This record gives sequence, C-alpha cells and structure tokens, in this order.
Amino acid sequence: MDIRPILSTLRRHKFTASLLIMQIALTCAIICNAIFLIGQRIERMDIASGIAEHELVYVNLAYIGSRPDAMARAAADIAALKEIAGVKSVTLTNQIPFGGSSSNMGIRADLMPQKDTINAAQYLGEDLLSTLGVQLVAGRDFRPEEYRDITDVFAALGKGDLNAVPKQALVTRAVAERLWPGQNPLGKQIYVGQGIPLTVIGVTAQLVRPNQFGEGAQYSVINPIRVSITQGAVYVIRCAPQDREQVLKTALAKLKGLDPNRLVLDKGTVDHLRRDYFQDDRAMAGILVGVCLALLIVTALGIVGLASFWVAQRNRSIGVRRALGATRNNILHYFQTENFLLTTIGIALGMVMAYGINLFLIVHYELPRMPAFYFPVGAGLLWLIGQAAVLGPALRAAAVPPVVATRSV
Amino acid sequence: MLGYYLDLAVRSLKRNKILTALMIMTLALGIGASITTLTVLRLLSGDPLPQKSARLFYPQVDPNTLDGYVAGQTKPDATMAYPDAMNLLHARRAKRQAVMALTQAKIIPQHANEHPYFSDGVMTTADFFGMFDAPFQYGGGWTADDDENRAALVVIADFLNDKLFGGANSVGKVIRINDHDFRIVGVLKHWAPQPRFYTQDLGSRDYGDGDGVFMPLQTARSMDMGPEDTECYASVTDVEHLELAPCEWLGMWVELGDSAAVTDYKSFLDGYVKQQIALGRFKRSDTALLGLMGWLSDQQVVPNDARLQVYLAFGFLLICVVNTVGLLLAKCLRRSREIGVRRALGATRRAIFAQFMVEAGIVGLAGGLIGLLLAELGLLGVRHQPADYASLAHLDIQMFLFTFVVALVASLIAGLLPAWRACVMAPAPQLKAA
Repeated sequence: MDIRPILSTLRRHKFTASLLIMQIALTCAIICNAIFLIGQRIERMDIASGIAEHELVYVNLAYIGSRPDAMARAAADIAALKEIAGVKSVTLTNQIPFGGSSSNMGIRADLMPQKDTINAAQYLGEDLLSTLGVQLVAGRDFRPEEYRDITDVFAALGKGDLNAVPKQALVTRAVAERLWPGQNPLGKQIYVGQGIPLTVIGVTAQLVRPNQFGEGAQYSVINPIRVSITQGAVYVIRCAPQDREQVLKTALAKLKGLDPNRLVLDKGTVDHLRRDYFQDDRAMAGILVGVCLALLIVTALGIVGLASFWVAQRNRSIGVRRALGATRNNILHYFQTENFLLTTIGIALGMVMAYGINLFLIVHYELPRMPAFYFPVGAGLLWLIGQAAVLGPALRAAAVPPVVATRSV
Repeated sequence: MLGYYLDLAVRSLKRNKILTALMIMTLALGIGASITTLTVLRLLSGDPLPQKSARLFYPQVDPNTLDGYVAGQTKPDATMAYPDAMNLLHARRAKRQAVMALTQAKIIPQHANEHPYFSDGVMTTADFFGMFDAPFQYGGGWTADDDENRAALVVIADFLNDKLFGGANSVGKVIRINDHDFRIVGVLKHWAPQPRFYTQDLGSRDYGDGDGVFMPLQTARSMDMGPEDTECYASVTDVEHLELAPCEWLGMWVELGDSAAVTDYKSFLDGYVKQQIALGRFKRSDTALLGLMGWLSDQQVVPNDARLQVYLAFGFLLICVVNTVGLLLAKCLRRSREIGVRRALGATRRAIFAQFMVEAGIVGLAGGLIGLLLAELGLLGVRHQPADYASLAHLDIQMFLFTFVVALVASLIAGLLPAWRACVMAPAPQLKAA
C-alpha cells in the first residue's frame, strides 16, 4: 500500500498525530519497564530452595536467658517430637530458609585473611539433610559420632581451643563451583573465622539461604553441630503433606507439655513461610500488572476516540474516494496502515524513553539492565492494541457509502 | 459571562456523553493512582517529630579496623559500642542525650489464667522522654540517678496500660517483665512517631505501633535482656558480656539548641575520636552528626517500592493527560464551524479561549471528584497490604485539597492546546466550507 497519501494527510493533522504518537511512546516506555519489573519479581519469587518445602512444618519457641540444661532439653524435645505418628524426621536448627533471621559467615578457600571471602549462610543441626530433604550430589552426610554440642563448641572457642570444633563441612554446589571452579571439591579445605580449617566431605544440590539472596542465594554451608534451645532455634519436622496440620498441632501440645513456660513465637508450614517472605514482591507485581492493564486500556480508548473523530471528520473525503473506485478494503487498510505508522513512530520513540527510564532505575534502584527482549514484547503489545483499537472506527469508515460524496454536508 | 460559558460547556459535554465519560474516567484514574501513591509516600517520608526534629542529632563514631578503609569515603557504622556510648553519654556535652537499644520484653499478665506475651521494649536512659517530647498520661520518666542505681522502674505505653490495668492510673503498681518485678513510674499517652526514627538500625520495623515498655538500660542489661541487633567488628568469644565485647548495639541521640551547639558537639566528637586513637582503641578518625531528617534519608527508611509506585502513578497520570488533550483537541476540531459562527457573530478570541478552558475545567473537576473516590478506594487497598505502615494510610485534608489542585491543573494543561487551537482558527474558511 502506498503510504504517501497517508503521510500527507497526517502532515495536515500534526497536533493530533503527534499527541497520539506521544501517548503511544509514553505507554510503550512505561510498559516495557513495568513488564521488566514484573519479570524481576517473578524471578525472585521462583527461587529454588532445594528443600522438601511441602513436607515441612516448623515451631519457633522463645527462651529467656541461658540455662545449663539447654542441650538435654533439646534432646528430650526432639525425642518427643519423633514419637508423633506420621513424623519422618526432626531437627533443631539455627535457621530455616525464608525465615526472618539468618546466621552467616565468611568462608574462603585460602588461609590468607580477607582474600576472596564469600558470605555464606551457616546451617547447624543434627539430621538436617534428611529432615529438610536436601539432596547430596557428592561425598557423604555427617556420621552420628561427628556431631558436637554447640555449647561445647562455644566453650572451646572461648578458650582458643580449636580441637573441639568439628572439622567436617558440607557445602552447596554453588559454593564449590565458586571456590574451586571445575575441580573436585571433596577433601578440599575451607577457612572460616580466624582461619579455622574445615574439610569438605560432601556437596549438596541446592540449599537456599534464609534471606539476603543478593549475597548469592545458594551459598550455604552445613556444620555437624547440635543446636541447643536458645533464642532463634527452630524445630523443623518432616511429614507427609496431608499430615502437616495434625502433626503441627500434636507437636505444639507435646512441646507445651514438656515445658509450659515456653512461648510459641512462630509456627506453621514452610509453604506459608515462603508465601509470607515474598508477599511484598507479590503485591508489587500485582500493582504493576494492574498499571499495565490500565495503561493499555486508556491508550486503546484514546486511539478509539481519536480514530472515531478522524473518521467522522473525513466522512466526505472517504465518500469521494469510494465514488472514485476505492473498495471498502482500501478504506479499511488506509486507516489500519495509518494507525500502524503512528504506532511504529510512537514505539520507536518509546524504546528510547524506555531505555532512559531503565538507566534511571539502574542508577537509583540498583536494578540490572533490561534485557533486549523486553523491547519487542512492549512493541508487539502496542501494535496489537493499536490495531485492535482502530478496527472499529476503520470498519465504520469502510461502511461510508459513496453517495456521501454527492451530499453537501 | 462565566455562566454562559458553563452552559455552553455542559451542552458540548452532553453532546458526546461517551467521550466525556471517557475523558473524565481517564483523568480520574490517573489522579486516583497519583494521590494514593503520594499519600503513602508522604506518610512514609514524613517528619516523625515536626516540632523537635531540627534540634535532634545522631552522633556516630567508627571503631572498625583499617581493613577496607578509604579515608573520607567510609561511613561510620550506624550503632555504637557500649564504652563509646557511655563515654559520650556521661560527658553530658549536649542539652539532652540518651542511648538506646531494643529488646523483646516478656510480659507476665496479672491474672493466672492468661498467657504471657511479648511486647516491644526499649532499653534507654533518663533523657529519652524529655528529648523526644514523649507525652505522659500519668507519672513521668526516671532520673539519671535511677539509671546509675539500676532501679527496676518502667514506663509503659497507653495500649499496654489499657490491656493490663483497663486504662486506670497504674503508677506505683508492679509488672513482671522477663521474670523480674518492675515498678511503673509513668504511663505514656499515645506515642508512635512515624517512622520510628529512634529504632533505626537497632533491629525491628520502621513504621507501625509504638513500643510497649521503656526500661533503664543498665537495669535491663543486669537482668540479662539482650539487644535485638548486634554488629561485631572483631571476633567475639563471649556474647554474654556485650558491654566488654567489640560489638556495636546502641544508638545515641542528642538534643542541641542551635547551630553553634552543633558545631561545638561535632568538634567534641572529633576530639573524642582523636583521644581514642591516641589510646589505641580506634583506628579510624571519621565521625558523623546527622540531623534527624538527614539520618532518616541516610538510612533510606522509605521503601524503594513506595517511590517507584509514585513514579509509576505520575507516569500514568501524564499518559492520561496526553490522552485527554488528544480527545479534547479532536473534539475542538470537529467544532470548527461552531467556532467560526461564534467568531463571525463577534465573539473575541479571548472569549473562545475562555469557553474551551471552562469546558476543560469541568472535565478536570469531575475527574478530580471521581479521582478522590478512587484514591479512597486505593488507600483501602493499601490498608489491606501486608506492609507495617499499611494501617496508617489515610487521606488527610491537605491531600484532599491537593487532589483538586492536581485535577484542575492537569485538566487546564490538557485544555490549553485545544483552546489555543480553537481561538486562533480563522472564521472565514470554516464558514465557507459549510
């Protein structure tokens, strides 16, 4: 189709045409960035935990001060929880994925302090692997005799005696690949704190850290240390998904029965924990989707409105064209092409603006650069909306009878 | 004259009901979204103590080692270690000064059949209440001597007093916190500065309800209550005796009367750090003394998402305005003949311009009114969000008026171009074409 007549018509409607182009450009710029932001949120929410999320319940109890029998009480609690019907495995751990607080440490593959230290989550607890359902991909799990009590470890560290500290450690594949890319990590040493050497005896698949995903979401280390009932310690119980509610109820009753003075700070399923952890992201993604929809609707209605006026204004010339032999299809295509042209110019402008907005977000909100494929997504959406919006007015234009040309209205 | 323009405008708007509704609704959507997000942002970035914030300052020193230190570019840590906080507190170089940390206080109820529960607790020193203008319902705070004597005194919040004593004057009564008896010396009136500036970087949330109990720091520490947040700058072997450990867990605030006092205090702070370097305790010489509002912006209290939503909403409003301009313009061009007739009959350009601006203004006011309803709806949605500031989101009078200013300005800007196009139109060709 020849676009020269369209261009010459548009030149006579500079204001209206440029307003439409501007609206499309702005919409395109905002939509590209909004879709990108939605993608970012979804990516965050989709993070793999590496644990059997649907089979886990947890109980977080409050304790005041420290007591001498904390280890024995923890052992009694665990023994009682293991007796509950349907319970497969129990652990008392210092932290849990998607839990609010976290315990982290700097680890390095070299004794030199400050040399290429990575920050990893430190998981503690007996039977942690089997309870959380973390997969071992190389090496072995801890043996029962390798576990030490956390109270003994602290006491030894306080005296500067490193012999009582268990020397075995499990690391995630992500940690292994970061410290020793392309090498076999089994038997390698990692150094923590003031240079305490630990030997890697096994490598797990994924195990996400409790929070601070920006530091490396899968950077986790497990030490064979039994946790005592202190502030922040969490009981994690594994059972079949359908038993979770019942098991949690029984577990709470048992724990209360063993010591009625304890307060339950938090309890529930890990599914819930994950949902709560990402609730802000979900809300923001929802708002962004809403804004995108509203923008597309407003823009579409704007196009419908303007195109309708255009058609009404050019009623007579359409009639003349029809009288001179133009088919209905010619008229229809005329308006569709016109819209396509305007939308394309708008999209081209919008891309530049989208890039600008993205640069602004990179500087002020530490967002990554927008991948190029978001641009055609935004463009495609606007072309689609533009064509859909103009169809109605264009059909009305095509229905203008040639006889209009002879009327002097 | 205005009456006539109004009549003309209403007639013109009635002629194209769908188009008019479309313009009003788009404008309303844009205004509603902008006002909702702006209200939330204003709430989040507001001044927690408007009458006092200019006189409150947050001193910072830096006890870290020289690892990763770049002179002049490394910010001091947000909190202080115990020895520094105590040295600065006891120096009494400001009009008022207080140090503070947060803790979880387990409250044991009076009645035997009720369960104990946790309340947000503040461990602080005597000047806290006077410095922050915390209003008392009954009684008052404790003295500096009580701090030194580790007196088991407590100030409780109004909501805790309502819960425990049914709102009656409870001064002199005893409550059990973490298995220790505390005598109540004061009950606060409702006091919940937003954001909770004094808890910044001490752990816990930034917005929402106030704290439940306020205890003398030394007393609470002697009873083994620990701070919510601890940052250590060297390896620690003994976490029980935090006072001796190389850990930072206290926030300090000072009240300074005028700018001369601020300069004096800053040089006192610099002098203190030099002295600590000479003693070998400190390695870094940086200090900071930010004002309350400066401290809040330094801490980036306002969530990024809230700011992003405001940008998004105003981007949306911009598109809505462009959309309305387009529609008004199209409408005006359709009425060329009517304008031609009016001009030929003697209407001035100014009259035509005014007529179109009145029409745009009506659209704007209607849009603002509906936008206000949408904003209320939007804030209702915000109140159902999981954020800790959610329950505070309400439209105030200022925002209410601002809505109409925004609506009117937006619509008048939208009307400007079409009105100008209409008034510069030459009447003769329009009439001839008819």
